[in-house]
Amino acid sequence: VNGERSGYYGEFGGAYVPETLVPALAQLERGWEQLRNDPSYLEPLQWLQRTYAGRPTPLYRAERLPGAKRRRIYLKREDLCHTGAHKINNALGQALLAVRLGKTRIVAETGAGQHGVAAATVCARFGLRCDVYMGEEDMRRQRSNVARMALLGAEVRPVRFGTRTLKEATSEAIRDWLANVETTHYLIGSAVGPHPYPRIVHDLQSVIGREARAQILESEGRLPDAVVACVGGGSNAIGIFSAFIDDPHVDLIGVEAEGAASLVRGRPAILHGSRSSVLADEDGQILSTHSISAGLDYPGVGPEHAHLRDSGRARYVTATDDDAAAAFRLLAEREGIIPALEPSHALAHALELDAEVVLVCLSGRGDKDLAIVLERSGAEATLAT
Amino acid sequence: MTGKRVCIYLMAGPDTPALAEAAALSGADMLEIGFPFSDPLADGPVVRRAAERALALGMRTAACLRCLAEVRARVSVPLIPMTYASILEAYGYGRFVEDAGRAGATSLIVADLPTDARPDVRRVQLVAPTTPPERIRMAAEWTDGWLYLVSVTGPTGARSVLSGQLPALAERARMETDLPLLAGFGISTPHQAAAAASLTDGIVVGSMAIHIAAQSGPAGLRRFVSSLRRAVDDVAVHAMGER
Repeated sequence: VNGERSGYYGEFGGAYVPETLVPALAQLERGWEQLRNDPSYLEPLQWLQRTYAGRPTPLYRAERLPGAKRRRIYLKREDLCHTGAHKINNALGQALLAVRLGKTRIVAETGAGQHGVAAATVCARFGLRCDVYMGEEDMRRQRSNVARMALLGAEVRPVRFGTRTLKEATSEAIRDWLANVETTHYLIGSAVGPHPYPRIVHDLQSVIGREARAQILESEGRLPDAVVACVGGGSNAIGIFSAFIDDPHVDLIGVEAEGAASLVRGRPAILHGSRSSVLADEDGQILSTHSISAGLDYPGVGPEHAHLRDSGRARYVTATDDDAAAAFRLLAEREGIIPALEPSHALAHALELDAEVVLVCLSGRGDKDLAIVLERSGAEATLAT
Repeated sequence: MTGKRVCIYLMAGPDTPALAEAAALSGADMLEIGFPFSDPLADGPVVRRAAERALALGMRTAACLRCLAEVRARVSVPLIPMTYASILEAYGYGRFVEDAGRAGATSLIVADLPTDARPDVRRVQLVAPTTPPERIRMAAEWTDGWLYLVSVTGPTGARSVLSGQLPALAERARMETDLPLLAGFGISTPHQAAAAASLTDGIVVGSMAIHIAAQSGPAGLRRFVSSLRRAVDDVAVHAMGER
């Protein structure tokens, strides 16, 4: 998928950063190229994935969802990972990388708090100092994750300007890294950012796709007709897509939040160090977004997705807040699984697909979203009376 | 001609022509004009807030270019737009360079383009304490007239003391090039300006100039730039005396 220029996916990607960060990105790229196939890195990583993070995660056939007689929906249960989401795959891998690079401190951004919790968790496990930037608005709507991060020993630093969400938290994390680049590793949470981050996150999340491919071949004896994943920055989606990219008959579908559809409605722009499809105006200024789901509430997306869209290999659609909230309730009522609001977007689209075998990445669990969904249904109940 | 230069950064806005004139009259040799971007990664709180205010006042690219032309009508010193890649990406890199030149720009700074990105866009290159010698050499080769020394690893903004990283950076840069070296990021007082200028060929002051311009307008900015000018000239006179 890589284009001819290193660090680019077609015309997207690159490293648009202050010169100060260039040596750190070069060190990261060299370190990753050395370690990504090195047994002395991979063996401890795989051991931790198995004994600490709970891999492999199961593949579950949801038989009680509507239309289940003609359409077989399989859920890749990343919600069963330690800390409750796929974010731990990336956090574990990058923490091991940071230790090998001699860094003693981690800085991270978080939207829904799932990546922040994963970062705080691995820092506790490896004895690294951890500072997490989080928008004030997200701290309000994801309060339980703020408490979890504090309990794990991380410092949560509120971001009180601009959108007060993931966009500004990411900018502040990068500014912190800029000031502390000699000692600090920036643990980015999605397949975004300057090269080589999209590549590192792709590699670390590809475990989702490798497992799911083997599991569905075992259950069905064939590949799925469609693979569906939600896309904010796009890390769970790139992780599950990666195993099917070379199978042209598998329909790869990314589902964005209606109010934050960087791929469906974006234009080429530069945000947080890479050129991608971004919700920006005609002057290149970044727009603010809205989604019920803090993890999808971001105007950018990983550059590899922009390339997969333009090459036609993947397609991207949207789901509304209402679609996601309905799918959230449906999965809880019919299957006894409370999903996060982020993958509820993917599930909502999967339920409308005319396909026989559908693989959905259930990227996280929904405990963190209960208050939002209950508040919302409370409002509906009040309106109804 | 003292050889020590004072460069002042102002954010584009309705008051900028008057502020630019005040800065030039009180001894600024060069002006950087900020074209605001919504997500300025290299900037600390003062410049970031100035960018937010400017955008709220409608200072989009076309308005910034008009502002630049109005500044040019009032001053004769070099004018350098400083912005981010997303602005140039949207406007067109070549078209931006052409239109900015027509409006009176003499060069360009792009805060988030590393030295080897977009070699077609001639601009003032930045080097930092983290920059290795081979990249300083490349920056010196490609830069437009002078080299911008980023005194600290970190975003723009006032610091209580001058960065301890500047002496080594100035020395390393001097080994690679004879071009003028101007130090910026974290220089806000006449005292810091003098200390930085004693190591280099001049200084860039941004956040404090923006802060003073917002607090006390052209008159306040004039007093501030004069004090920087005197501090930097004293260094030059002192250096000549020693020679």
